[in-house]
Amino acid sequence: MRSPHPLFVARHGYRRRRIIDAARVLPLLGAFLLFLPLLWVGEGGTHIGVVYLFAIWAGLIVAAFFLSLYLRHELANPDPPQDEEAG
Amino acid sequence: MGKRVLLIEDEPNIIEAIRFVLSRAGYVVDTHSDGSTALAAIRAKKPDMVILDVMLPNRSGYDILRDLRAEAATVALPVLMLTARGQKKDREMAERYGASRYMTKPFSNAEMIGTVTELLGQ
Amino acid sequence: MLTFNLLVFVCVLYVALLFLVAFAAEKRAEQGRLGWLRSPTVYTLSLSIYCTAWTFYGAVGYAARSGLEFVTIYLGPTLVMVGWWWVVRKLVRIGRTQRITSIADLISSRYGKSNLLGVIVTVMAVIGSTPYIALQLQSVTLSFAVFASDRPEGWAVPDLNSTAVWVAAGLALFTILFGTRNLDANERHHGVVTAIALEAVVKLVALLAVGIFVVWGVAAGPSDMLSRIEASPIADWQLNGGRWATLIFLSAAAFLCLPRMFQVLVVENSDERHVATASWAFPLYVFLMSLFVMPIAVAGLSELPAGTNPDLFVLTVPLLFDQEGLAMLSFLGGFSSATSMVIVAAIALSTMVSNHIVMPIWLSARRGGASMSGDVRNVVLRSRRVSIGAVLALGYFYYRFSGGGEALAAIGLISFTGVAQILPALLGGIFWRGASRVGAALGLVIGFAVWGYTMFLPSFGESYVMSAGLLSEGPWGFGWLRPRALFGIEGIDPLVHAVFWSMSLNVIAFVLGSLASFPGPLERLQSAQFVNVDDHSASARGWSGGAAEAEDLLVMAQRIIGAEEAQALFQTEARAQGKYGYLPDTTPDFIRTLERELSGSVGAATAHAMMGQIVGGASVSVQDLMAVADETAQMLEYSSQLEAKSAELTRTARQLREANEKLTELSVQKDAFLSQISHELRTPMTSIRAFSEILMERGEVRPEELTRYSSIIHDEAIRLTRLLDDLLDLSVLENGQVSLNWQKGGLHDVLDRAVAATGSMPAERPLTIHRDAAAETVTLTTDTDRLRQVFINLIANARKYCDAEKPELRIEVRRRGAVVQVDFIDNGTGIPKKSQNLIFEKFSRLTDQAAAGGAGLGLAISREIMVKLGGQVGYLPGQGGAAFRVTLPLTQPQTDAAE
Repeated sequence: MRSPHPLFVARHGYRRRRIIDAARVLPLLGAFLLFLPLLWVGEGGTHIGVVYLFAIWAGLIVAAFFLSLYLRHELANPDPPQDEEAG
Repeated sequence: MGKRVLLIEDEPNIIEAIRFVLSRAGYVVDTHSDGSTALAAIRAKKPDMVILDVMLPNRSGYDILRDLRAEAATVALPVLMLTARGQKKDREMAERYGASRYMTKPFSNAEMIGTVTELLGQ
Repeated sequence: MLTFNLLVFVCVLYVALLFLVAFAAEKRAEQGRLGWLRSPTVYTLSLSIYCTAWTFYGAVGYAARSGLEFVTIYLGPTLVMVGWWWVVRKLVRIGRTQRITSIADLISSRYGKSNLLGVIVTVMAVIGSTPYIALQLQSVTLSFAVFASDRPEGWAVPDLNSTAVWVAAGLALFTILFGTRNLDANERHHGVVTAIALEAVVKLVALLAVGIFVVWGVAAGPSDMLSRIEASPIADWQLNGGRWATLIFLSAAAFLCLPRMFQVLVVENSDERHVATASWAFPLYVFLMSLFVMPIAVAGLSELPAGTNPDLFVLTVPLLFDQEGLAMLSFLGGFSSATSMVIVAAIALSTMVSNHIVMPIWLSARRGGASMSGDVRNVVLRSRRVSIGAVLALGYFYYRFSGGGEALAAIGLISFTGVAQILPALLGGIFWRGASRVGAALGLVIGFAVWGYTMFLPSFGESYVMSAGLLSEGPWGFGWLRPRALFGIEGIDPLVHAVFWSMSLNVIAFVLGSLASFPGPLERLQSAQFVNVDDHSASARGWSGGAAEAEDLLVMAQRIIGAEEAQALFQTEARAQGKYGYLPDTTPDFIRTLERELSGSVGAATAHAMMGQIVGGASVSVQDLMAVADETAQMLEYSSQLEAKSAELTRTARQLREANEKLTELSVQKDAFLSQISHELRTPMTSIRAFSEILMERGEVRPEELTRYSSIIHDEAIRLTRLLDDLLDLSVLENGQVSLNWQKGGLHDVLDRAVAATGSMPAERPLTIHRDAAAETVTLTTDTDRLRQVFINLIANARKYCDAEKPELRIEVRRRGAVVQVDFIDNGTGIPKKSQNLIFEKFSRLTDQAAAGGAGLGLAISREIMVKLGGQVGYLPGQGGAAFRVTLPLTQPQTDAAE
């Protein structure tokens, strides 16, 4: 149970939540695309498979990179960096 | 043979002063400086009078006085209380516990001799 | 020509470099200059211990045998990291808020701090990791052997077993040295992590270098390479859908559940934001690691003679083309992969073994002794060191026993499947409030048993643990119990078969067990804390205010997290409660905070048990549970406001009450003091008056008496003066009119003079003073005369009041950044707690007798002086005897301390 949210939020807050949604969807999309080869077994050569897989892989990395730029700021540490250096 | 006075006091310099003054006036002065054994010393030495300080190590002078007055042998023993705390309530305490006389430090030597003489009825 | 000696030499040089790097990092961290030591880059690189020797050597072999399937091992972790918002972020946050020390600790803590679960997970982790560690030793020795067999005429074949022993011993040494330096798992292992980050770079560079050589040196570029792939036997590989999906799932699960991964991912994490960076940087790392795997495999298959072990293509291909430098680099890459994995795995496993097996045994062996037992830190550290040695020894013996015959990939997958059994309990624990201890235990045990039966035991081969008959006919002839065809379902790939059955039965047992059981109060509290870790308000209490004495807790905490940190923690809490000194009220909140700090050192279950011994009684009240159960959103908001207000009120009330108590007590003391001061003044006056009257009556005094009596008058006059001096001194200090004489001086010198000044004091029992001259070489700017006055007072107090048979005083000096602490600790009975607040008030003296020979102004004066010098002096409880701590700055404070 989360703390109560207002029904509508300002534009900035709205964007923020959609980015979090995107971060949640990304692994599902990645899994879907990586399981896709199961459907076209046998067609094309192995090298097509190699190129396909590595392309998807690279795509996921790039997407995660851009999402992380936004999401870094979401993680303003809830408990401040305490006693990290101990005095 | 002069009358015997037992001085119960813990400050060595004060003991020396009182002993000097009373000896010169012809009294025999015994001393004792611990509160917890003072009662036993009184019973053992059977002095003609006691000079008792209030602030003693281990036992207060008031407690000793109360015990003295509770015993038949010493109920009438003349006791001169000495205190360095010159507050009114100290004097009241001394009277309530049955002190014969009460003196606040510092006192004059003449005052001391006078009081002792008076208490010993000479 | 590469000689064996050169190889060993380079190896030793490389290890020396690692030691140096780890040592330098520890040094830096000690000085508080963390900087890049704790950057997202280092965090990401430390995650690369996922890529072990299995990956470095084995991936190429895997590709040579099964084509593209090898990427699944990387795709799982990629999906986990790309989807970090779901699981990794939550794990890291839980790890930070709950001070989790290992994956066993997480499971144990989540399910009501159950040590049973901690033990189960620990045992599973040790069994699952041992073959993996053996695998690393094997790969290092095999890679040595490659150089030997390649040049049989050049040098003698080295003894493989002794190589493995040396490697295992070296790793144990490194791990013990840098893995058990400090106890608090929150302080993390800077040295180890930095060394691992370096190794991560080495292995990536090595693999990329070999790959680039193969693509552009052996083949004629990328397009030529692609056509070579098409022409090689690898192209015949057919995608097996079941294996493909199973392996991606399995590697994702292992990425989260492997003890070593949990260590770097969660325990060593110092900042949640690093996860954001790692979410793309780690996939990029493994992407690069696998980019050239296929080309190297293809080159190996086509260029090397048939029958060459494909697991070692990374070494043999460069050697074939006489690229000795490259082969050496690649050897170091493989060496790095193996060592970094073993080091972190040993640290993670030793933490688990010591927290969940050794500590509980040790605790129950000394029942009721959490507060009285000896130094717990030593016990923990020693048990960790022994565990590290044991884990490595276990790995070595497994290597000897199994004979090192199997293909690398097979061992790795067995290990993965074993630890993946933790996944249901882990994910269920952080997403499902209903997951219970019974369910978790059932799932873990059943999953693990099925794994052992269908995968681990058969892996030893037909002759070892399971007979050929058992494998083909089933036990006692029950065909449906055949290890490789459970329930009579045949024809599935053995790996898929084992993963499918172990995970399915695990999940079913976990869910049914959870649905059917009713969790205890503590378990329900913990479930709320874990699942709702994002709601900051969810701070349910674990203790309902026991009868714990703050001093007992301090004594225990000092033994676990160390004196300094414990004192700092208690002082901070006391200050937050508006109290002075080191002993806060033992509120439920404080007990909870303390327990969490302790669990960062010894794990949640042990910390809870130790707290239980001191706090006693039921740990959770019905009201606490109600608060957790009824957390509708609005109630929560409203009650948190109320709670904040009531906390504020409580604090104010406490401050008022304390102020009032102090005032009452002061007023009583003031009366007592007036009478005391009257006594102190009148007593010398009496002697003076009596003797001066005697002297005035001339003629009756002998000459020697005259001398004696006048010297008494003189002494008593001095006594009066000293008393007045003290009173004036205090008054001046309090009114801030004092002028301080700031100058540079050595602490040792000041202490010397203070000790000398008190040496002449008469004492019934001589006081022995223990000092540490080395620690005292501190130069500071202060008023040395005033400081000496404080020291004299403290030492004199020890002389007067220490009631031990053989009084001893320890003077301990410590530098803490810009301040220096000087502790005066004697071996007497100390000062009772109720008086600890009073002794610094003026007019106070603990005994009524005049034995102390002062008016009770010494500590009050000392305190005023220390405030003026920009420091403080306070009573330090829990040290055995009476203990005072003087804290003062090394330099003159900027702001005027005199207001």
